[in-house]
Amino acid sequence: MSQLRLMWRKSLNAVMLTLTGVAAFGVVSILFLILGYLIWNGGRSLNWDFFTQLPKPVGESGGGMANAIVGSLKLLLLAALIGLPVGLIAGVYLAEFGGRTFSFVIRYTTDLLNGVPSIVIGIFAYSLAVLPVKHFSTLAGGFALGMMVVPITVRATEEFLRAVPGSLREGAMALGASKWRTIATVVLPAASGGIITGMLLSLARVAGETAPLLFTAFSNRFWSPGWNQPIASLPVMIYTYAIAPYDDWHRQAWAAGLILLSLVLLANLGCRLVLSGRGATRSN
Amino acid sequence: MEHAAPPEAGPRSFVARLRDGDQVAHIITLVFAASILLITSMLVYELWVNSHLSRAKFGLMFFWTRVWDPIFDNFGAAPFIYGTLVTSVVALAIAVPLGLAAAVFLAELAPRRLSDGIAFLIDLLAAVPSVIYGLLGIFVVVPLMRTVVGPVLIDTLGHVPVIGVLFKGPNYGVGFLTAGIVLAIMVVPFIISVSREVLLTVPREQREAALGLGATRWEATWKVVVPWARTGIMGSVFLALARALGETMAVTMVIGNDPKISASLFAPGYTIAAVIANEFTEATGDLYLSALIELGLVLFLITFILNGLARLLIMATERGGGHPS
Repeated sequence: MSQLRLMWRKSLNAVMLTLTGVAAFGVVSILFLILGYLIWNGGRSLNWDFFTQLPKPVGESGGGMANAIVGSLKLLLLAALIGLPVGLIAGVYLAEFGGRTFSFVIRYTTDLLNGVPSIVIGIFAYSLAVLPVKHFSTLAGGFALGMMVVPITVRATEEFLRAVPGSLREGAMALGASKWRTIATVVLPAASGGIITGMLLSLARVAGETAPLLFTAFSNRFWSPGWNQPIASLPVMIYTYAIAPYDDWHRQAWAAGLILLSLVLLANLGCRLVLSGRGATRSN
Repeated sequence: MEHAAPPEAGPRSFVARLRDGDQVAHIITLVFAASILLITSMLVYELWVNSHLSRAKFGLMFFWTRVWDPIFDNFGAAPFIYGTLVTSVVALAIAVPLGLAAAVFLAELAPRRLSDGIAFLIDLLAAVPSVIYGLLGIFVVVPLMRTVVGPVLIDTLGHVPVIGVLFKGPNYGVGFLTAGIVLAIMVVPFIISVSREVLLTVPREQREAALGLGATRWEATWKVVVPWARTGIMGSVFLALARALGETMAVTMVIGNDPKISASLFAPGYTIAAVIANEFTEATGDLYLSALIELGLVLFLITFILNGLARLLIMATERGGGHPS
């Protein structure tokens, strides 16, 4: 009887442990399936025109997404200009100046802001930057993405500043440097590698965001000069092309998907390799 | 982190510290940090004010009304709340067992290098933009559901009493189940990476004690290690749930976008995030826009509360595990 029970326990052990392995490798294989599909479908549709031409009107085949590529870059530039400085300086506060309670409140709010659905950030940007002027614009889209960059940058900055050994700060102060000089000339440079990588990661994350752009930057089938008009972006183009009923548009959606995914994954791959090389792998 | 002033200077006056720039730097950084509170409160304020028309007209009935009729300006949130909940529950039903199993493998069984390698790839999976999931959803998952998975489920589970009702009816490929499956794939990386970290904080002695008492590896994991980490694992599930509820693009592309409440998981539906994404730019009337913004407010509040709980749970276990964060 007890022999039977032991056999049951041992086989349950073997089965369950195997299943956990299957689950882990199963989830990882999804990544390769996604990559494979995009390379297969996107690679066939990718050509030089994709990078240099404007979208063609419905019914004409060919054309490209040059305006969406430039549009995504412009939106990211704005997001970086709005989000990175705020995130960086707030992160410095949390790591170097903050008191206990207030820092906790800020940190907690930052995490919650990070968890706000991107579509809600879109509504926020819409009511602040579209509603008052009554038209969609590059600025509104950049603002929406910038709001998403802030919380990620705050946490990355704080984390890497905390990783700087206290002895460096004490050394600088013992030489008579004031606190802010210590931070500006010793602590920040020591953490700069990590902070910059963290910033790149946050930009890589918002580069693929579609929902906050739908009713802020909207889209545009032509070039969008200046910063005050609707502008096309790769994620929004993928969305509109994928749900449209034209085969030629589907091909282009795959091609755009391949470009977007490669950029996002390469940025992530590079950043994470750099970070893990520095021995600070915690990512959240 | 208060550092004492140089001894010969004695306690320095506020003005002296101002001249050093320390006080200035403190105030400037404080202002930027406080701007995060400002952004968050403005977000709440804008959602509240801009949903005023709809809140005034429909009141609490907004949540029970099943009609969504832009032509006669009659708006109810029930179909969207239902769709959001159903897709998220389906997603968690798939993602929690899968993610927990994978996390157990990574934390308990896999050698450290393999575990780190897989965790790295799973972090990459979490970085895939949601519109890419939507693209694959439309062109890969939907046809698969229509031709293979759907018919198989209807033939098997459709005949089981009670739960059979979930797997009946016409199968178009788009619908609650498809959206749930795509969502499950999207949130599983979060469950795995958070649960793995929490499991890794469980003290070694816990495992050794269980194994020393004669437990098998699985028993030690399932009856000792996982219960020890359960608060943090719950936290990871809440995080995943909050993401699933707020996920927009992938769901919009595969759920069918039909504001109906149906028992069948194969039926097309709609979610809060999807209706905002689809109709916001077309919302012509003020009341229409206001109703959509109220939906945004509802979504914001739900995810805000869930995220808040999740963070507290994760913090609690990381402290309990002796790893102050």
